[in-house]
Amino acid sequence: MITLVNYGLGNVNAFVNIYKQLNVPVTVAETADELAMAEKIILPGVGAFDWAMTRLNESEMRDCLDELVMVKKRPVLGVCVGMQMMAHRSDEGRLLGLGWIDAEVKRFDESGFSQKTQLPHMGWNDVRFGDSDSLFKGMTAPQFYFLHSYYFALKYPKSALAVTNYNGFFTSAVRSGNVFGTQFHPEKSHKWGIQLLKNFAEL
Amino acid sequence: MLRPRIVPCLLLKNGGLVKTVRFSNPKYVGDPINAVRIFNEKEVDELIVVDIDATAQGREPNYTLIANLAAECRMPLCYGGGVKTVEQVERIISLGVEKVALSAAVIMSPDLISEAAARVGSQSIVVVMDVKKSGLLRHYEIFTHNGNEGTGFDPVAFARRVEALGAGEVVLNTIDLDGEMKGYDLELISLVREAISLPMTVLGGAGNLKDIEDLICTFGIIGAAAGSLFVFKGKYRAVLINYPSRVERDALFLSQMSNS
Repeated sequence: MITLVNYGLGNVNAFVNIYKQLNVPVTVAETADELAMAEKIILPGVGAFDWAMTRLNESEMRDCLDELVMVKKRPVLGVCVGMQMMAHRSDEGRLLGLGWIDAEVKRFDESGFSQKTQLPHMGWNDVRFGDSDSLFKGMTAPQFYFLHSYYFALKYPKSALAVTNYNGFFTSAVRSGNVFGTQFHPEKSHKWGIQLLKNFAEL
Repeated sequence: MLRPRIVPCLLLKNGGLVKTVRFSNPKYVGDPINAVRIFNEKEVDELIVVDIDATAQGREPNYTLIANLAAECRMPLCYGGGVKTVEQVERIISLGVEKVALSAAVIMSPDLISEAAARVGSQSIVVVMDVKKSGLLRHYEIFTHNGNEGTGFDPVAFARRVEALGAGEVVLNTIDLDGEMKGYDLELISLVREAISLPMTVLGGAGNLKDIEDLICTFGIIGAAAGSLFVFKGKYRAVLINYPSRVERDALFLSQMSNS
């Protein structure tokens, strides 16, 4: 069973539709009670860092989520700003992040960019993965959709599950124990995204 | 490598899809949800959906339809039409749309861009500039309300302004070429491209894949949007949703790479 955390941000329905097609049981949690029984969690997100943190903190699901992830060690997948929220902080905002992964979120440095189109990093890009046993199982040369101006800067690079080149390589997917994140949008990345979400369900 | 985006642009009118010529003579081309399903199968890069009635009729966006489209789309969706407030932007993003396009409202009050970006992030704020040549000197001017109202704004200066205010993308649409299928206005595109570093998507005039290839060859990373090209087939403009295959797209991108 996959549980989507619905704190008012991100494309919950796109995830639900994909899991329904895959015949994977899926549910949407909007309260701590609904979240409490979650076995596998997806934290989606489209939005600015502080707005996303504010919405999550106000949802009253925050404590329950921290306990599920940090104490009960349930697998969790953060997507886009949902991944960025797992860091300690972000250049985009002032609020503290969830701090589940030792990382901070930084803005790309445009001064080193050679091309005319700079930020946001928008569109389909290659994702080069190291570990093919978890999220990227069964994929060859996948492409995913990106839409962001900030990136996930890990303190310990060994947590990087995949990297992507945008005027230099940055961490496009991460894993630290039971905590997973993707900077790209698997729910909007056609067959590769569907495969990734299937892989997460089968972990 | 980041790839250029090839983006169908769909127009909504009375709940159905239409295609216009020079922003007039809307022709019915089908049901929006059905079109999204076909575009899913074709694995399109992104979709733009614009409700062309909303601003003209002064009404709210159709949230039910937007939610249905967003849930159906397996690719990123940009919605435009009738969006005037930060609350509307927030609501549309919360329905599962990745990007919201603003046009007439930001001509009236450009600060809407920075206010909306503070909530949903710059990456989700798209400014659409519908441009045509006007006046005795045939200079470029931004129009709103389906091309009926001149604004006096120059697209190059306005593009710089929206970039400074925190927009995440500019969609540049050439009204005079809408539905004409004779190629993009490369002169206009180049003027705006030189002025800003935001991602740009250009619309108006694409008639075949060669037009898109030329665009990508000239500008590299850019969004190549088209309406007629992806909904009509043949010289009699029979309605047939189409989109280049991955092999065809890779060939277009290779031509860009060999150029850069």
